[in-house]
Amino acid sequence: MATLMAYVIGLLFTASIYMMLRRSIVKLVIGLIILSNAANLLIFVVAGLTRGAPPLIPEGAQQISGAVADPLPQALILTAIVIAFSVLAFAVVLIRRAYEVVGTDDLDQMKDTDT
Amino acid sequence: MNLAPVLPILIPLCAGALSLACWRSIRLQRLIAVIATGLLLAVSIWLLMLTMEHGFLVVEMGSWPAPFSIVFVADVLSAIMIVLTGLIGLAIAIYSLASIPNGHQRFGYFPLMHLLLAGVGGAFLTGDIFNLFVWFEVMLLASFALLTLGGERAQMEGAIKYVTLNLFSSAMFLSAVGLLYGMVGTLNMADIAQKVNSVEDPGMVTVVSMMFMISFGIKAAAFPLFFWLPASYHTPQVAVSALFAGLLTKVGVYALYRVFTLIFTQEVGYTHTILLWAATLTMITGVLGAAAQFEFRRILSFHIISQIGYMILGLALFTPLALIGGVFYIMHHIIVKTNLFLVSGITYRLLGSYELKDLGGVYRQRPYLALLFLIPALSLAGIPPLSGFFAKFIVVRASLEASEHLVAGVALLVGLLTLYSMIKIWAEVFWKKLPEHVTDDSRLNGEVKDKGSWALYVPVVGLAVCTLIIGLYGQPIYILAETAADQLMNPQLYIEAVLGGQSQ
Repeated sequence: MATLMAYVIGLLFTASIYMMLRRSIVKLVIGLIILSNAANLLIFVVAGLTRGAPPLIPEGAQQISGAVADPLPQALILTAIVIAFSVLAFAVVLIRRAYEVVGTDDLDQMKDTDT
Repeated sequence: MNLAPVLPILIPLCAGALSLACWRSIRLQRLIAVIATGLLLAVSIWLLMLTMEHGFLVVEMGSWPAPFSIVFVADVLSAIMIVLTGLIGLAIAIYSLASIPNGHQRFGYFPLMHLLLAGVGGAFLTGDIFNLFVWFEVMLLASFALLTLGGERAQMEGAIKYVTLNLFSSAMFLSAVGLLYGMVGTLNMADIAQKVNSVEDPGMVTVVSMMFMISFGIKAAAFPLFFWLPASYHTPQVAVSALFAGLLTKVGVYALYRVFTLIFTQEVGYTHTILLWAATLTMITGVLGAAAQFEFRRILSFHIISQIGYMILGLALFTPLALIGGVFYIMHHIIVKTNLFLVSGITYRLLGSYELKDLGGVYRQRPYLALLFLIPALSLAGIPPLSGFFAKFIVVRASLEASEHLVAGVALLVGLLTLYSMIKIWAEVFWKKLPEHVTDDSRLNGEVKDKGSWALYVPVVGLAVCTLIIGLYGQPIYILAETAADQLMNPQLYIEAVLGGQSQ
């Protein structure tokens, strides 16, 4: 399972970088969305996939026995998703505003501030 | 429990919330901005004194014991950075009173400024690597909004590059944190530092360290990942530019200092050699880029990059003296660079342009302003007895002692080219006659009185005095840098302070 997920994550990173290298700013933002998802999935897989073993202490016991899923990466992903969501909300507004002001969605024509 | 390490985050957060509550009253927001940043500066100086006395201050959130809770750790380096944050925050808050247009103030400029300061403070103080990511994002979101406030074309174009590169760097950082967690199973930086040496596959640790280097390298604007900076820093309001120039890239530098002294010290020969070359090339490209520019703020932006090279050089050499030099350089640079941006804002106000060809004749009308420019400019170039001289002197001497003669030579040459750029600005803006195509110089010659412009001069004078103090009275500052470097060279102290149950 972990091997399959590794390929999926690799594919997501590839796709996101490909999209970010396109000229259109809409595709750029799509690339960023995929990128944040790829990173989240990476955290999820790297910490180890454990099926059907929630980290709950059984009734009457003092501590967890046996292997259980690590809840921390999921908390990390949750935080990262929230952050990515707010950042992407900003990015969507930004590209819309940039399209209005510059009048194009072509990154090649947004070079006024570069040189 | 001593809450001192959390206060520099809480104060701007509360001030931000309070300013939001006073959304309709700009006057109240302005008042809160000055009081809160002044309070921040006072608290941060107190924090620095505490850390000089006790070494480390650790606060565990929710009183959970250390590796399980999120900790906030103040060592001398963090405290120094916090003091600088407070100083720059206060200077920018005062400067903003006069320089930020009312429309921007009405659309939440001050709350965003507080939020940015909170993010910067959090990044400096946290002892948890994932928490560092969160504070980075807090800082970035505030900076995105500040950068685009006003919505002009140049701002949009600059913001797209700024946002993209910074988000890429964040994703890289997040992936690296995930991989590191997969290897050591903890997020507490002290705990990571302890466990990272016993990882099965040390090669993977180096790979992850490179991901951290790239991610922080983007944020610090190091070679070859700096190009978002000169594309965006000259586009917003000048107070925003100055705030970014002073603090944002330095957060990246601080993060590099933190992880490459505390966590990733297994393969110093490999990682720090890469840092050394990155630092050298950063210095050269930055200064050459500046030489080719003829816009006030763009020249200064490129100089941020070249100066970042010196700071990373201090880390890359990884000797006690080099780290002292690096820390000293950060202190000097933040003050001086912010001040130069503030001066560029004043000349813009007088003549309405940042292009060197549209500026001129300032020396004749305002000799004191020319002097105020000259102090930070010469300090940046490293002329004794100003602060930049000692900063450069320590770094160059450290590289000579480490037998890196080529790097030392480059550092000196870059200093010379910096002087060239500063002289270019001096000659064009201050010395040459006002160009004939500039017809409106009523503000410059004083026909139109500029109300409230005292708020522009107070921070400039204050920061210039700080530069002079660091230069003329350098011994206490050197001792600060020495203590900070000493703590960085002995990560064991940090680990013991966080995990050893010595918290208060």
